[in-house]
Amino acid sequence: MNPDASTVDTVIDAVSAVFMIVGAVMSLAAAIGLLRFPDLMSRMHSATKPQVLGLFLLLAAVGLQLRTWWVWPVLLVAWIFQLLTVPVSAHMVGRAGYRTKHLHKELLSSDELEAVVLKAAQAARDAEPDGGNRAAG
Amino acid sequence: MSRQRISLRQELPLLVWLVIVWGALWQDFSPGNLLFGALLAAAVARLFYLPPVELSGRFNVLRAVPFAVMFIGRVAAASFQVFYLAVAQGPKVTNAVVAVPLRSHSDLMVTATGHVISLIPGSLVVEVDRSTSTLYIHGLNVRNADDVLKLRTEVRDTEAGLIRVMGTKEELAALNQEVAA
Repeated sequence: MNPDASTVDTVIDAVSAVFMIVGAVMSLAAAIGLLRFPDLMSRMHSATKPQVLGLFLLLAAVGLQLRTWWVWPVLLVAWIFQLLTVPVSAHMVGRAGYRTKHLHKELLSSDELEAVVLKAAQAARDAEPDGGNRAAG
Repeated sequence: MSRQRISLRQELPLLVWLVIVWGALWQDFSPGNLLFGALLAAAVARLFYLPPVELSGRFNVLRAVPFAVMFIGRVAAASFQVFYLAVAQGPKVTNAVVAVPLRSHSDLMVTATGHVISLIPGSLVVEVDRSTSTLYIHGLNVRNADDVLKLRTEVRDTEAGLIRVMGTKEELAALNQEVAA
């Protein structure tokens, strides 16, 4: 046996403990953001993003603790799927939220999308004389 | 089938990815299992046909590794920043929706830039204009014109990094010219 095995164990335990605590703190950050932020769009930031890092840290801690190489591909695939799906869901909710006006305009310091959306809505109304109730864009 | 098939070389990254997922799910990377996975991947890619992704045929590993490290670093830094904003500012936070015109017009590059910028906390893609390849980004804690400029530069820099990793030769040449100018 390697005489340093227990030292290595301690280091791995310490690193995974730090990863787990920081990962859990990231989930806490998301929860606090959900409660504190004023509108849907800013809540989306905290609802979707800090958990990308939180999940990464927790999965890394799991990988470190299990000490078998074959869990790493599973954990990596889980994280990559998270990376692929989180922006899509955030975008869909954000897009719908913007168009259904679930945001506080007075909290925006500038809005370069408003004119574009109004123009697209106008174009859709012009194209469809029957009221144009189809969503713009 | 009358639909045009894409070449094996273009399909290969997708097949390799499917085989990796198969191996990871079974937690078994023995040759027999991988071969069976490859057969299944080929069958799936043939039966459930999707529009082909137009890859540029370039992938610079030396640029990809620092980009990935920088990406994780920025996700970490921005996560703590959002945490701080949630605690310190909360309901009083000021945001902005910023239009960022991108250089590249390839769907893959616009999607990749949108993904990376969405994964970094504090910015969120609200709308994509495919015809002009413009991203409309909702930025957290954007208080004035300076912050708007900073957010726009950040997105453009992210795109530049992605072009260096996997853009086409033309995009790379245009980018180098822009940097040199």
